[in-house]
Amino acid sequence: MVEDKRFISGDDAVAFGARLARPHVISAYPITPQTVVVERLSEMVEDGSLKAEFMHVESEHSAISAAMGVSVTGARVFTATSSQGLLYMAEGLFYSAGGRFPIVMMNANRSLALPWSIYGDQSDSLSQLNSGWIQVYVEDAQEVLDMIIQAYRVAEDPSVLTPFMVNLDGFLLTHTYEPVSIPDQAMVDAFLPPFSTHNKISFEKPLNIGFSTTPQDNLEYKYQQHKAMLDSVEVIQKVDAEFAERFGRRYGGLVEEYFCNDAEVVLVTLGSVTGTARVVVDRMRETGRRVGLLKIRYMRPFPVNEVNRVCETVKRVGIIDRDISFGYEGTVFTNVNSALSRLNNPPETVNFICGLGGRDIPKEDLEGMFLQLLDGSGSGKLERVQFIGMRVSINDR
Amino acid sequence: MIDKEIKRLNARNITDREFFYGHKACPGCGGSLAVRLALKVIGERSCSVLPAGCMSAVGFIYPQMAFTANAMISTFPGTASLLSGIAAGARALGIEDFHAVGFAGDGGTADIGIQALSGAIDRNDKIIYICYDNEAYMNTGIQKSGLTPYGTRTTTSPAGQNLPGSITHKKRLFEIVAAHGIEYAAVASMGYPIDYMNKVNKAKHCRGTSFIHVYASCPTGWGTPTETSIEVAKEAVDCGLWVLAEYEKGEFRLTRKPKSFTSVEDHLKKQGRYRHLSERDLSEIVRHRDDNWERIRSAWKV
Amino acid sequence: MKNRPGITKWERPSHIDDYPVGPSFDAGHLITTNAAWRTFRPVIDLAKCTGCYRCYLVCPDGVIFKKEDKVDIDLDFCKGCGVCSYECRVDAIEMIKESGK
Repeated sequence: MVEDKRFISGDDAVAFGARLARPHVISAYPITPQTVVVERLSEMVEDGSLKAEFMHVESEHSAISAAMGVSVTGARVFTATSSQGLLYMAEGLFYSAGGRFPIVMMNANRSLALPWSIYGDQSDSLSQLNSGWIQVYVEDAQEVLDMIIQAYRVAEDPSVLTPFMVNLDGFLLTHTYEPVSIPDQAMVDAFLPPFSTHNKISFEKPLNIGFSTTPQDNLEYKYQQHKAMLDSVEVIQKVDAEFAERFGRRYGGLVEEYFCNDAEVVLVTLGSVTGTARVVVDRMRETGRRVGLLKIRYMRPFPVNEVNRVCETVKRVGIIDRDISFGYEGTVFTNVNSALSRLNNPPETVNFICGLGGRDIPKEDLEGMFLQLLDGSGSGKLERVQFIGMRVSINDR
Repeated sequence: MIDKEIKRLNARNITDREFFYGHKACPGCGGSLAVRLALKVIGERSCSVLPAGCMSAVGFIYPQMAFTANAMISTFPGTASLLSGIAAGARALGIEDFHAVGFAGDGGTADIGIQALSGAIDRNDKIIYICYDNEAYMNTGIQKSGLTPYGTRTTTSPAGQNLPGSITHKKRLFEIVAAHGIEYAAVASMGYPIDYMNKVNKAKHCRGTSFIHVYASCPTGWGTPTETSIEVAKEAVDCGLWVLAEYEKGEFRLTRKPKSFTSVEDHLKKQGRYRHLSERDLSEIVRHRDDNWERIRSAWKV
Repeated sequence: MKNRPGITKWERPSHIDDYPVGPSFDAGHLITTNAAWRTFRPVIDLAKCTGCYRCYLVCPDGVIFKKEDKVDIDLDFCKGCGVCSYECRVDAIEMIKESGK
């Protein structure tokens, strides 16, 4: 079979992935830097290559609300958003997860106002980790295309029935061009069967959906959701393996390890910065420094076991956060530390806050992080939460 | 375009089936009658959508499910958008002879829900949107909404030494909807239930979006006896405070062309929420009624 | 097909898997009645009743149903609001005080 390889942007790749998944309806509202996704999808609907309806919703809140409506009829839906839009639909995120609607959404990671910024960081999706959505973070355009397809397989699994957010870095991935292999539609059809669920309206057995619970039952429903998210781990790994078998690309499930086996220190990354970090690891390994990279792919469900297995044997772990929970630390850091607290002897951890509001994370900064982790500080521990790349002094004048 | 040959409905020929039953609404609730009668017209091949509000709160408390056909609770602002999604999904799956119908309160429609409603009408999605107007946020305890009339006592617009209750007049919801160029919109009242049912039936025959604004009495929130629920909704029409009308094919039509009105003061003073009204408040209300009629007679060309 | 639902026998779930995945549940599933809400109960004088069906039309709870040429009331779900009695044009319905059980 001749490979269909094209030089396209991350946003283009999202559209290609969505088209291959055969959604019945697209319900999305434009927001930078996701706009190219909705533009491509509407072109595909217009030229007939995507047999779906494109709903021109009037806000992100309506986008997620309409997506739930599509899902509850038993049809497959796709939506996409970013930062302010994601927050505008925040109510709908919790609603659809609690409602067990397997909606798939692409989120272009972008900074949250204020200050107003169209540029990339991960504060938007990381602020919504509690919403009940499965969240994956991709490293490149190929991965985003593949993950849109895998997302439907995972989300629609009867033991999961949980909506799925595919995150890619705004501008860094959405607007840069890479060679991407577009899978064959027939192969995708064989991998992704049509959507089928019991959680939908019916004339034979009508349902009352989205009801309210008294305190007597709410805890049980929330546990049910929690359990489904835990059960999704097995499905995620199975789907990853099957995808690798059919399409020849393996991503490793919840995490991917790069030179962690004999590493003295490890850097934990999310999203596109992983690509830069790989280059730095290669370079430093050439000079004999034993550094490793742990790419977290899924933030929910969180890879507790994988993080602990990798970090158990290292001296120090640095965690990059392209977000900050003001007055405390980054979200990835909090999640990693919580996992590590289960270890008898957890390693020292350092939080590197960087890349906010589109700030570049150059190789030099990553190298500096690794050197800090390797050399430590003369006495005692390294500064625990560090803002990297500040252009000004923060010392008292 | 609506087929002129639509059957006229009445108490005799309407289905015997009940689609909203066993719910926990207050005795005498006008809103629950609005839902009950509309669903009898629309039937079982439907999905009702209800946002936060009285009708959802009383109809779906696990495990007591009062809707016998498909029904779903939407987010508070999202009634119309959820309806749009359901219509789109049904269309995509080829589900025919199916109606997505929403029942939202005045607050859920004219205030927090107006954006989604506007979008749905703009897209001309095949949905029926019914706003049951009891003139306040009743479910949360009688707070003022955009459709609370002037001089109404609510818990967030109390009447006292300084204020007469609410100091704004109702938003012109029906006209806002009509201004979108909607296929069909109507104003009805639970005081005229047959008229209401037939308007719902017309909505059912629409190809695109349709909208019904129905006056639904609330004995609890209005401070009226439960048994006068229908009568008070009729009196509101008879004294000219509530206009029965339709908007179809770009034209307005009055359902009733009253030659004279009954007493506004008698109608209002029966209600606990208006018992505080001074002479000045009453004359403001009557003035507004007269201005409104003058305006619609000329603007609607009726 | 029944015209209106009655009470379903229901047992509280004892295992997490007994909960519907949703939250969505069978339409028309009722486990409690509304009879206890009443202070007054409607009583129909069938001799006076003309079978106009106005009470059936305006009952907010839908508990009045057509029976032969006249009407009857599902007292399990009647809340005693009195709308039927008030609206009856021939005074065929009287609201009688519940004796208190």
